Amino acid sequence: MRARLFTRLPVTEAAADAEERFAVASQLQLTWWRFRRHRLACFSGVVVVLFYLLAGFADFFATMDPHDTEARRTYAPPQAIRFLDDDNSFRPHVTVLRARRDPRTFRMVHDQASKVDLGLFVEGYPYELFGLFQSNIHLLGLKNAQPGETLHLLGTDRLGRDLWSRLVVATQVSLTIGLVSVGISLFLGVLLGGVSAIYGGVVDTVVQRLIEIIRSMPTIPLWMGLAAALPNTWSVTRIYFAITVIIALLAWTDLARVVRGKFLSLREEDFIAAAELAGAGQMRVIFRHMLPSFLSHIIAATSLALPAMIISETSLSFLGLGLRPPAISWGILLQDAQNIEALALAPWLLAAAVPVITIILAFNFLGDGLRDAADPYG
Amino acid sequence: MLAFIVRRLLLAILTIWVISVLSFAIIQLPPGDFVTAYIAQLSASGASVSAAEAVALRELYGLGQPFYVQYAKWMARVIVGDFGVSMEWNRPVTEVIGDRLWLTILISFAALMVTWGLALPIGIYSAVRQYSAGDYLFTLIGFIGLAVPNFLLALVVMYLSFRFLGANVGGLFSPEFEVADWSWAKAWDLAKHLPLPAVILALGGTAQLIRIMRANLLDELRRPYVVTARAKGLAELRVILKYPVRAALNPFASTVAYLFPYLVSGSVIISIVLSLPTVGPLLVRSLISQDMFLAGTIVLLLGVLTVVGTLISDLVLMWVDPRIRYQLD
Repeated sequence: MRARLFTRLPVTEAAADAEERFAVASQLQLTWWRFRRHRLACFSGVVVVLFYLLAGFADFFATMDPHDTEARRTYAPPQAIRFLDDDNSFRPHVTVLRARRDPRTFRMVHDQASKVDLGLFVEGYPYELFGLFQSNIHLLGLKNAQPGETLHLLGTDRLGRDLWSRLVVATQVSLTIGLVSVGISLFLGVLLGGVSAIYGGVVDTVVQRLIEIIRSMPTIPLWMGLAAALPNTWSVTRIYFAITVIIALLAWTDLARVVRGKFLSLREEDFIAAAELAGAGQMRVIFRHMLPSFLSHIIAATSLALPAMIISETSLSFLGLGLRPPAISWGILLQDAQNIEALALAPWLLAAAVPVITIILAFNFLGDGLRDAADPYG
Repeated sequence: MLAFIVRRLLLAILTIWVISVLSFAIIQLPPGDFVTAYIAQLSASGASVSAAEAVALRELYGLGQPFYVQYAKWMARVIVGDFGVSMEWNRPVTEVIGDRLWLTILISFAALMVTWGLALPIGIYSAVRQYSAGDYLFTLIGFIGLAVPNFLLALVVMYLSFRFLGANVGGLFSPEFEVADWSWAKAWDLAKHLPLPAVILALGGTAQLIRIMRANLLDELRRPYVVTARAKGLAELRVILKYPVRAALNPFASTVAYLFPYLVSGSVIISIVLSLPTVGPLLVRSLISQDMFLAGTIVLLLGVLTVVGTLISDLVLMWVDPRIRYQLD
């Protein structure tokens, strides 16, 4: 493959330089060069990075306190941002409806529209950035808001909480829970897959049968059963970690297969034999020679495994068996959309579906691109 | 081949054993023992339990003894079909589950048929007409199928039909058949309601299978034997269907083992959204109300049926596909 690539190049000085660069490039560099050619994968990579930035600075991007309930604005519809005033001058604003109770029917009616200006970097509810810095600056907010005037870009839920802010804060939980679960599965997968390939024999048989057994079980009922057993008294953080472990316990099998396959194929390579003949110890062979050459495969497999983890958490929380309120995750937000009547009344409750689908697609494209790029000579 | 069948059987038995241990662990996990909970439940509903009865119950379930003793006692009863009593319903677990288990399997099986029925022609089309508008369209639909969790899809379908058709598309039966005994009319009613949940459930797996089928067929189409067949003047349709398609069918055989558990899993969660009378909603309810015998039994039965279903399909495919048979000999 490599030889063919060389012969195709015309022999000019620039080509010779490129050839030189190609020949001395490290594995990671080759992967990166190939990856850059996948436009969709690159774009997806940017989307993923943006999502994680959003998660990191969630409170900064939120406009209202996500836990703040208000009975007078339940199921308030989304407010549209308007940039032009009536006289066509530039004035970004929203129309705020103030709710009042109809004195005769006692129903809530939204009227008394008033225009409120929008501002960037305005003060809002206080929060801690990364648990370190105190702040109350938010990217977007109302300027000089009167009491009762609130900003709801995506409307509010059943308890009058701001959906946009909840969605942004949920990103934090839903995206990190996937990362932690993938971390645990990666550890289990690399350990068991590696052990299985290196020792072979009985160990290999046992691990392979274990993988087959886990793969032939319906996972959702098992997850549900295990997740439901978590005591009610546990704190949000403890539940969070317990859920990641439960998800990871049944999800490491794919990674283990990839690792084992790579180990087995690499073991036959000449450079491994050379390293062994040169007197390198087993650990050195594994970490210095084998690991670098399948690291990119592991990264690709990981980014393909992440969406499944995110779906698992979302499904469990959606059923009320995963994370529990006051924690906020995409699944918990979608739980409100379970009731078809509520959904017909307030379709914006489905908003959490958009980030779920976007991030899953992005991870899939990114993973595909990485997997293709992981074989620089292929 | 016999060795293979024996190996598959042993693995299935081992899997069922692991599932049974896990199910029992689920029953055991909540704090406190279930006899105390059961007695509290009975006293709350007015029935009194004497101390002697309580001791007898404790003895029956082997409480206070090690995990494996309790497990063995439970298994001994399960094997003769006694799954215990549902605390919430105050009836034997088997009665509460009733038809729901079979409906779960029916939906999963229907989804499997839909997966194959859609993936085969679409996969062939996408490979034969590679990079055509249709190929791109199906690739796009496939990616959506991969990316949208099926419960979300069910939710969106529910919303759209409620909004634009004014109809609730949930359920498996029309109201008049819901509690009726089984009859041809009821079965026909079920057949009319089945396609929607089956398609929703099938979409994710279909997308995956189309991609595999397309890739495999593309490899086959470039082989010299296809050129030979064309050179001999065979009609194009016959060339494709008779040789490369049959050779590319392998994933249909090999993925079923993972597809079926995936579908059973998915059916549990979409049943809740579409309010289908399967074990899904029952499982969630029993878990939330900590009705552990019911929950454990559902997990166990779903697991066992999945394993048995996978085993049967594996054996059938082995019988149908000579290549698998010859590979083993």
